[in-house]
Amino acid sequence: MAEGEPTRIAVAFARVLRGAGLRVPLDSVVTFTDALGAVGLAERDPVYWAGRATLVRRPEDVAIYDRAFAVFWEQVRPLGTTLPEPEPLHITIAVDDGPEGSDDDATAEPSDDPTITLRWSRSEVLRHRDFAAYSSDELHEAQQLMADLRLAGSLRPSRRMIRSRRPRGRLDLRRTVRHALRAEGEAIRTLHLEQGDRPRRLILLLDISGSMEPYARALLRFVHAAVAGRQKVEAFAIGTRLTRMTRELSSRDPDVALAKASDRVLDWSGGTRLGEGLKRFNDEWGIRGLARGAVVVVLSDGWDRGDPAVLGEQMARLSRVAHRIVWVNPLKVTPGYAPLARGMAAALPYVDAFVEGHSLAALQELAEEISR
Amino acid sequence: MPNGPSSVNEVSAALAHHGYLPDEGLATAVYLALRLHRPLLLEGEAGVGKTEVAKVLSRWTGGELIRLQCYEGIDASQAVYEWDYSRQLLHLRAAEAAGATIGAATETLEDELYSERFLVKRPLLQAIDHREGPPPILLIDEVDRADDEFEAFLLEVLSDYQVTVPELRTFTALVPPVVVITSNRTRDVHDALKRRCLYHWVEHPDFEREVAIVRLRAPEVADGLARQVAAAVQELRGMGLYKPPGVAETIDWATSLAMLGRNDLSEATVSATLGSVLKYREDQERVRQIGIGELVRHAFERTTAVG
Repeated sequence: MAEGEPTRIAVAFARVLRGAGLRVPLDSVVTFTDALGAVGLAERDPVYWAGRATLVRRPEDVAIYDRAFAVFWEQVRPLGTTLPEPEPLHITIAVDDGPEGSDDDATAEPSDDPTITLRWSRSEVLRHRDFAAYSSDELHEAQQLMADLRLAGSLRPSRRMIRSRRPRGRLDLRRTVRHALRAEGEAIRTLHLEQGDRPRRLILLLDISGSMEPYARALLRFVHAAVAGRQKVEAFAIGTRLTRMTRELSSRDPDVALAKASDRVLDWSGGTRLGEGLKRFNDEWGIRGLARGAVVVVLSDGWDRGDPAVLGEQMARLSRVAHRIVWVNPLKVTPGYAPLARGMAAALPYVDAFVEGHSLAALQELAEEISR
Repeated sequence: MPNGPSSVNEVSAALAHHGYLPDEGLATAVYLALRLHRPLLLEGEAGVGKTEVAKVLSRWTGGELIRLQCYEGIDASQAVYEWDYSRQLLHLRAAEAAGATIGAATETLEDELYSERFLVKRPLLQAIDHREGPPPILLIDEVDRADDEFEAFLLEVLSDYQVTVPELRTFTALVPPVVVITSNRTRDVHDALKRRCLYHWVEHPDFEREVAIVRLRAPEVADGLARQVAAAVQELRGMGLYKPPGVAETIDWATSLAMLGRNDLSEATVSATLGSVLKYREDQERVRQIGIGELVRHAFERTTAVG
């Protein structure tokens, strides 16, 4: 094989992968080139695994990689050395195997689900002058106010020791020795350490199903304000599937962040599988450690088209690892509201605090609830 | 093995020889890590054998296994080095008694205090300050439990394999250690660290491989039983349990059955030993609901169909 061959192949393949939607930084391409040098180009499997080890960094990306690799190898194989055309755009579409995504989250599309339309009569929503009645401008304004909300998660004792002001607790030998050196070797003063505090992790689970549509726009902005404002916040969207939005929402610029999140989430205003979504959250993230000792906030109307027993079971699991579960239901403010949605009724026994979330004032209350 | 292995097959064979049966993907990743001197980041469910990779590498290469178990709040004093303050204080006291703490002597005293003999080396520094023999295997276990800041620090150490102790000197690795990092993916490891590493997502082994693993790790288990246990475990993994059994559970289960003198799975034995495979009450209930008889029947079907 000619000198420089792996480089050309690596660069070309990286281009294919980028076209398919993977992030492939240059240093990974360099590593891939080295790896190709080590395994050779003669056989398919070593090349495949060399790419997997150097270019893929998340299991979710494996499917994309596999598809791109299949296309790429087919093109490289017969001719041996020719480079593939850098136009693998058809691969991008193949990735979207979910339901059709809504094209724009700002334009309210009528929900095509009769059950939900019945529940949400337009007049009822308007009567309460809440988020659902906001115009785009008002939403923008609210964004500012939300960013000002102080979302301080409650504190928990940390393993890390901090300097103590009082002569109590464990001896801080490091500082005591340093002081002693300054005083010609005499440990005049003993200095101490005590246990520090750390904020608990905050997890926001936003229901983005059709029934939540009037609120999802505003609440997503709230979630963004929370994620961008501090560390240790994780955000997920639950619809017919579970989507992690933390990365997308971490941009400081709200417009950029919301656009990214909208792109990432494919099931806006679809159906609700709250129980299923929560199960996926528990399985993939929560029980493994993300929710352990955390404050979990569920933003949902509790309307679940799945089996309420599933939701109840998943809430029970979550409540065994989480520090507190706060349920935010924008519907709660409705006069005479009783948690009749079967999902809501199943979830309530495991909820530590049940609050409103339909207006800015309600979100203020929520912020206080979270820091408790 | 001074220049690393010469082929992926060599890695597979060597790991198998030392008690670990990798699939081709893992073998390639290990091969590349050794050849390119890059850290190897292994992610996957708990119990798929990530930590074991480092142990088997140590057995194979003869390099010392140095393990850094991560946890929330871990910092440099537990990961890199710490001064032995109580011995320093003692030394000060002794010097004072000898009258060596007055005037110009303090500077000499300070030099003495911050010399290598009062330095407690923690895993990262141990791995870097390794002087003779084959390069050590540095296992950084469950990195996802540590804080983000620690990851950034780790990245710095893994980029140039050097550590500076401000009071003393900079330690640079003569031979870079073989680094294996594991993560259960309770949170995302930072991209910068991932880019520094070779990445492999470790899956549960397929049926034949799992049978081979049981045979290798628990030779006292009869062949037929090993196949049935592996088949039953594969079946269990497909049931959508909260905690699907890992390879370690398969081996445990097979061993306990063998210890009970069983040569075949039966409904009664499975029922009695279910606790060694499933560690959640809900999971056990689920399996009982679906039916243990069913599970055993499927396991038998599979073993007869394949074997």
